[in-house]
Amino acid sequence: MSNTVIEFNNVGKQYILGSIGTGTLSQDLNRWWANIRGKEDPYLKIGETNDRTQKGDSRFVWALRDISFKVEQGDVVGIVGKNGAGKSTLLKILSRVTSPTTGDIKIKGRIASLLEVGTGFHPEMTGRENIFMNGSIMGMTKAEIKSKFDEIVDFAGVAKYVDTPVKRYSSGMMVRLGFAIAAHLEPEILVVDEVLAVGDAEFQKKAIGKMQDVSKGEGRTVLFVSHNMAAVRSLCTRGVMLKNGMVDFIGNIPDTLEHYLKIDDSAQKEKIIDNVKFTKSTLKISNIEINGTNLSESTIQSNQRELTVKIEGHSKEELNYDVMLILRNKDGMPYATYAKGHYMGDIQHQPAGDFVIERTIQLPEILTRGAVYVDLFLHHPMVEYQLKAPNCCILETMGYQQGFGSAMNQIDNGFMGLNDK
Amino acid sequence: MSNDWDIIITNKNRLFSLDLSEVWRYRDLLAMYVKRDIITFYKQTILGPLWFVIQPLFTTIMFMFVFGGIAGISTDGIPQAVFYLAGLVCWNYFQDCLSKCSDTFNANQAIFGKVYFPRLVVPLSIVISNLIKMAIQFALFLVVYIYYFASGIDFQVNAALLLIPLLIIMLGALGLGFGMIISSMTTKYRDLRFLITFGVQLWMYATPVIYPLSVMKDTYPKYIWVLVANPLTAILETFKYAFTGVGEFNWFYLGYSFAFTIIILMLGIVIFNRVQRNFMDVI
Repeated sequence: MSNTVIEFNNVGKQYILGSIGTGTLSQDLNRWWANIRGKEDPYLKIGETNDRTQKGDSRFVWALRDISFKVEQGDVVGIVGKNGAGKSTLLKILSRVTSPTTGDIKIKGRIASLLEVGTGFHPEMTGRENIFMNGSIMGMTKAEIKSKFDEIVDFAGVAKYVDTPVKRYSSGMMVRLGFAIAAHLEPEILVVDEVLAVGDAEFQKKAIGKMQDVSKGEGRTVLFVSHNMAAVRSLCTRGVMLKNGMVDFIGNIPDTLEHYLKIDDSAQKEKIIDNVKFTKSTLKISNIEINGTNLSESTIQSNQRELTVKIEGHSKEELNYDVMLILRNKDGMPYATYAKGHYMGDIQHQPAGDFVIERTIQLPEILTRGAVYVDLFLHHPMVEYQLKAPNCCILETMGYQQGFGSAMNQIDNGFMGLNDK
Repeated sequence: MSNDWDIIITNKNRLFSLDLSEVWRYRDLLAMYVKRDIITFYKQTILGPLWFVIQPLFTTIMFMFVFGGIAGISTDGIPQAVFYLAGLVCWNYFQDCLSKCSDTFNANQAIFGKVYFPRLVVPLSIVISNLIKMAIQFALFLVVYIYYFASGIDFQVNAALLLIPLLIIMLGALGLGFGMIISSMTTKYRDLRFLITFGVQLWMYATPVIYPLSVMKDTYPKYIWVLVANPLTAILETFKYAFTGVGEFNWFYLGYSFAFTIIILMLGIVIFNRVQRNFMDVI
């Protein structure tokens, strides 16, 4: 049985670039004049997709455009997207901080938003007073707060400080208290934006656990925006990816994240050599190829067991070096390192002049499907770096699959699979 | 599929989308805001709420020296302390409501930018918490008043006293109405903010706070319309008249003030409601 609790209909939000001044006044007057004659807003038509890297001609920009999707009851929807994709704007409209320029959102039930915890805390008031204050801002009644007071204090772990003004609290304590209040609200819909960024690991775990309880146990709906992919993955059931203010992908969470990770990288289609961040002054690099291409994005095929690396250049002096590769996931977590200089003490010597360094690295037999990010270094271990190119290319792995099997997902299963001896 | 949506978020403008029932649902928040205003006022002070009394007391003494003594402005035979204190208690209430309300959007943009609740709660709470402050100052006025009464001054107390609660409500409503209009208008264009700081000062001199209306009538009969047009004039004059029997009590003036107050309040609410939906984008 499906039960839609939130429905977005062609939601759009337009912003004006630049500063407000007399120019804005004349536009306001124009708008007002059009309105009086019963005509359409002359500035609503102008505007282009919101790509902040491109210089646009128009002063008007659509931060959101034609957003339409539905959220069912009990869904935990992760909203992902690059900075500026419109995630926060969407949540702001949803929590009625600002209104949409076009379209509408229909909501069933009480909605509470947690756009940034601890807002509304008055520094001079004590923890106790602030719990009541903040709770009522979020729409709780005094009786509700009273009945949950002990639970909130306990969850936040600030029992000792409850009668101290919050200006004496550490920032962590403030966030914990803020989250505790919000988590004990009982709205049908909870909107959460990046709250887990602060707080120690233990508290983050607690917070995620609480949010899982909220959605699974109590059947409430959660909309969650975060750049913390691990949190999104463990919490959400569905995903919506925004790109330049428009919905780019909707689906279950692994598919959405995979789509996001593939798309979301500025290094896309660049050359690897463009991503070199440092070279020693005596060194000139003319070409770098990884996986047989000089482009920063390539694919590791299902049956591929080798990864080739080729570095061409010129050195003014003799070079003692080793090639090091670190493979990471999207979040920067290292998966594997190729560094013979470290674990074998294997240092190569190269006389001054032109050089071509080539390596062929053995890949694990069973790779999962996903994206692998590569850091490339030339270094003399413990002495110096000659070349640093962190995050220089993305390898998209197709994943290992045989017979009736299907490739495993990197997000759920890690970098590689294991096999019998 | 049912169609009974609880909330529909659009950009449609309804002129009177004033949802008082929603404000009522948030009455606990209103109470919290009032409590917060009062508590935080004297946090980390030694004299605490006594500060509510000290300020008008010393201002009155100053007025007695400057306007009563040096300038020699008549107080129509009312003891100076009573006269100035009556004016100050009323004026202070209006001025506090006005200047605090007119800063609503600016001062609360952090919280308004994060959570939704009926924005009207904030200016309402300002008016109420200032009412408590006003009550304390009013008590001070009564103490001074009774002191003079006991020492033999013959105040002509009269039935206009019954109007006092209405006068106080009108003062608050005027401050609220003007405050909301100014607050709404300064979100996008900040020009009015400069006006408010010195404008309020000037307004006080155009209101019979430190002089009685009769003095103005004698001195500048040509400009008396300025005072009559000022909705505060009738309120202050009636207030003083009720306690002392001296001053101008005129149903027509008071009726005008009342109508003015209602209009400003409605206008304020309408403008405030229009602006609050999008002010985050322009402030």
